[in-house]
Amino acid sequence: MKKFGFVTIGLLVALAIAIFASPFASSFPDGLEWVAEQTGFLHLSEGYAAWTKSPVPDYEMPGVGNPAAATALAGLIGTLAVFIVGFGLAKLMKSGKSGGSAA
Amino acid sequence: MHIPDGFVSTELSVAAFAVSGAVAAVALKKAGKDLGEKQVPLLGVTAAFVFAAQMINFPVLGGTSGHFMGAVLASVMLGPLNAFIVMLLVLSIQCLGFADGGLTALGLNVFNMGVVGGIIGYYMFRGILAVSGKSKNGYAFAVGAASWLSIVLASSVCAFEIALSGTAPLRIVLPSMAGVHALIGVGEAVITVSVVSLVAGVRPDMLHTRIAEAQA
Repeated sequence: MKKFGFVTIGLLVALAIAIFASPFASSFPDGLEWVAEQTGFLHLSEGYAAWTKSPVPDYEMPGVGNPAAATALAGLIGTLAVFIVGFGLAKLMKSGKSGGSAA
Repeated sequence: MHIPDGFVSTELSVAAFAVSGAVAAVALKKAGKDLGEKQVPLLGVTAAFVFAAQMINFPVLGGTSGHFMGAVLASVMLGPLNAFIVMLLVLSIQCLGFADGGLTALGLNVFNMGVVGGIIGYYMFRGILAVSGKSKNGYAFAVGAASWLSIVLASSVCAFEIALSGTAPLRIVLPSMAGVHALIGVGEAVITVSVVSLVAGVRPDMLHTRIAEAQA
């Protein structure tokens, strides 16, 4: 395997998961939401969000009619964004130019 | 177990921002030393994989779901501080870009999944490895056990935060959180062992924990 073969394959696998598997994800509440529902405090998180400017709320690309396509597109964009920022951050950390600011 | 806005008190949320922020400052300065030259793009790939895999909720028990966390995967691949960086990055992008996890709870989520999952998870892995031995099976066992423990421990810490905030009593929220996540943790262990075994088979030089052992 060539030097960047592994990295390229890894990224393609991540993108494939984000694009092709995400529309099939279970829509059941997750562990914490389920406990909140059972225990009766789920309402505390409803109708209030400190940050309302998310470009892709709830992993559904706005303006895309088909829900599976909206989720797949959200997955594609998010995975690429995380890869690019992560790669860049790692480069900065490796070269020792990074300061103390958070990502 | 991404905490939304509203579950945890302001005091605790602010304290978590302070702790997670301090760890982030140290990690950003020191994590680069743990990265081999070839691992620089690997950090990006690991973070991308964690983000993608976290989108895939799988059903557990009737009516509940869980998803992969990836903190122990990242720490076995890249070391504890870089695993923290991966979780910090993924959680920040999920929160700001996708409205997953509250902004006021970001410090808590980074603490639970980055510090507890990634950093403590790494030392649990090292501790188990010291007992299980460094054979192929011993290594896989340590990866799996630490992955499972990371989920149960992180979710228990989350339960403590909710109880300390007066949101729900600990005697209810701790057993339910740990119970559900003991099941979700099985999925975590299966995914982490599969991915790490695959990487160990193809490119063992990419694994931080294999590199650390070779130098030891």
